[in-house]
Amino acid sequence: MSILARWEHFEHAADIGVRGIGASKAEAFAQAALALSALITDPALIEPRQEVDISCTESNEELLLVDWLNALIFEIATRKMLFGAFEVQLDGPHLRARVLGEPIQIDKHQPAVEIKGATYTELKVCRDASGTWVAQCVVDV
Amino acid sequence: MDITRLKQQSATEWRIEAHGNMRVPGIIYASEELIKGMDEKVYQQVAQVAALPGIVKASYAMPDAHWGYGFPIGGVAAFDPELGGVVSGGGVGFDISCGVRTLHTRLTAEQVLARQEALADTLSASIPAGLGSTGALRLRHREMDAMLKGGARWAVEQGYGQPADLERIEERGCMVGADPEQVSEQAKQRQRDEMGTLGSGNHYLEVQKVVEVYAPEIAEALGIHLEDIKVSIHCGSRGLGHQIGTDYLKRMVVEASRYGINLPDRELACAPLTSDLGRRYLGAMRAGINCALANRQILTHLARQAFARIFPEAHLELLYDVSHNTCKQETHLVDSQPRTLYVHRKGATRAFGPGYPDLPKALHDVGQPVLIGGTMGTASYILVGIAQSMELAFGSACHGAGRAMSRRQATRQWHGREIQEELTRRGICIRSPSPRGVAEEAPGAYKDVSAVVEATETAGLARRVARLEPLICIKG
Repeated sequence: MSILARWEHFEHAADIGVRGIGASKAEAFAQAALALSALITDPALIEPRQEVDISCTESNEELLLVDWLNALIFEIATRKMLFGAFEVQLDGPHLRARVLGEPIQIDKHQPAVEIKGATYTELKVCRDASGTWVAQCVVDV
Repeated sequence: MDITRLKQQSATEWRIEAHGNMRVPGIIYASEELIKGMDEKVYQQVAQVAALPGIVKASYAMPDAHWGYGFPIGGVAAFDPELGGVVSGGGVGFDISCGVRTLHTRLTAEQVLARQEALADTLSASIPAGLGSTGALRLRHREMDAMLKGGARWAVEQGYGQPADLERIEERGCMVGADPEQVSEQAKQRQRDEMGTLGSGNHYLEVQKVVEVYAPEIAEALGIHLEDIKVSIHCGSRGLGHQIGTDYLKRMVVEASRYGINLPDRELACAPLTSDLGRRYLGAMRAGINCALANRQILTHLARQAFARIFPEAHLELLYDVSHNTCKQETHLVDSQPRTLYVHRKGATRAFGPGYPDLPKALHDVGQPVLIGGTMGTASYILVGIAQSMELAFGSACHGAGRAMSRRQATRQWHGREIQEELTRRGICIRSPSPRGVAEEAPGAYKDVSAVVEATETAGLARRVARLEPLICIKG
């Protein structure tokens, strides 16, 4: 049975969790990033008009997920952009990604929140018995 | 929370006896009803904080406590550097020195109601709010460092506000010991164009009416009267503080084992106060406090300009400015002996009683004002610290209503436009770039702020002075 790549949000008392699910760890990381964008706006509204490269290195795969999401949060904050498409490559401790998006437009995107940071709460990167990868953590908004 | 696991000491004091690896007991200040509504995670987090090295007296939770990161939000804990005490990035949080300041206006409710829509529009146009908004100021390297060292004092020197404002800010507007060199370039880059911006989430600028006075003498001393119009600003250290939190939490997670610290939860990441990492974090975190103080000072300037356009006769003097997410070096009596401690307040307000040396002269006999933000549709409160609060939780009190419902549940239950229309019917003007943001902050998603404040007063953490209700709310 093929594994459908998808994302979810999950509950946290004050904030919210992002969860990426995929056939590979890289796919789960990409879906977790999409879940992050979906906290701010409907990802379908984000056009892939500009491209940004992101890379991070961290030997612990859970800490790498947090580094990846925090790198995205940094790009959103400093470029004032939103991203809706993510091509993630994982090679041992190295993550390289090409992310596509466009500058934030208040009327179009109606951004709901500004994300402060990805946290270590409910942080998990794992593969279940069926081979599905899950990458998740709570983000502070 | 399962109440049977707690030992009730009084109507509003509940104790978790030290067990397992807890070094001190846990103490939760709340009414029975508030305790029952608290997440089990609060119990777990209070107990985990009690197990950290060098903790003094107890691990405390305020009446608005809820599940946080390592520390509960509404958590207070003090550490002694001479006993191996630690400083924790999670114990301060991502939004360093997030806080509230309240301003007088010398306007009456009648005056403001006559121009309510115009004032809301002018404030909304003047205050950058929401994701992607930028301030008019661009800070280059040297100016950024000067701001991080000087805080609100720097902002006043740049023409944002008056020297008299500084008396009414914790630390007289400038946190000493800030070290901009310990703040990463990324953190500074995030802040480059964010000075004088409100942010989003639960941050706001409100125009409020005083609807009830509980302690007339103290209210008089603070300049609070029924039907007065006040302005409250709730926001923090913006992208810079968030990035300092991110940077140091990671370092503390990675280096914990080097200091022999066993972390049951990564979010408890900490470093000994006397370690290199501990000192670096303190320097960066204090710079983050100054960033928040400067930011609120610039927003005050923008609010004054906006008011002047509608009400030339308005006079916005600062009542007080408090910070919620900090670790501060303070002297407290422990077993009748003065000790230098590092007090973490994560989602808790300092509430020093009368006579405390850090208070400005005008507040010496009154105590420190404690400014409690409510939600868009409910109320905010002004309290003051009392002598007893110094003995209970190192002079600390609650900070707000505390969420009762997650953001996801809130958006499932309400739509932003409905909330906005309902509040308009009740005479409250909301201005926000995001209807979904309004839904996530719906008044019903929060605990009853009045119950939190009543429990705070009953517990002896602070005394109620006045209640304020919103007329205008600018949300991020």
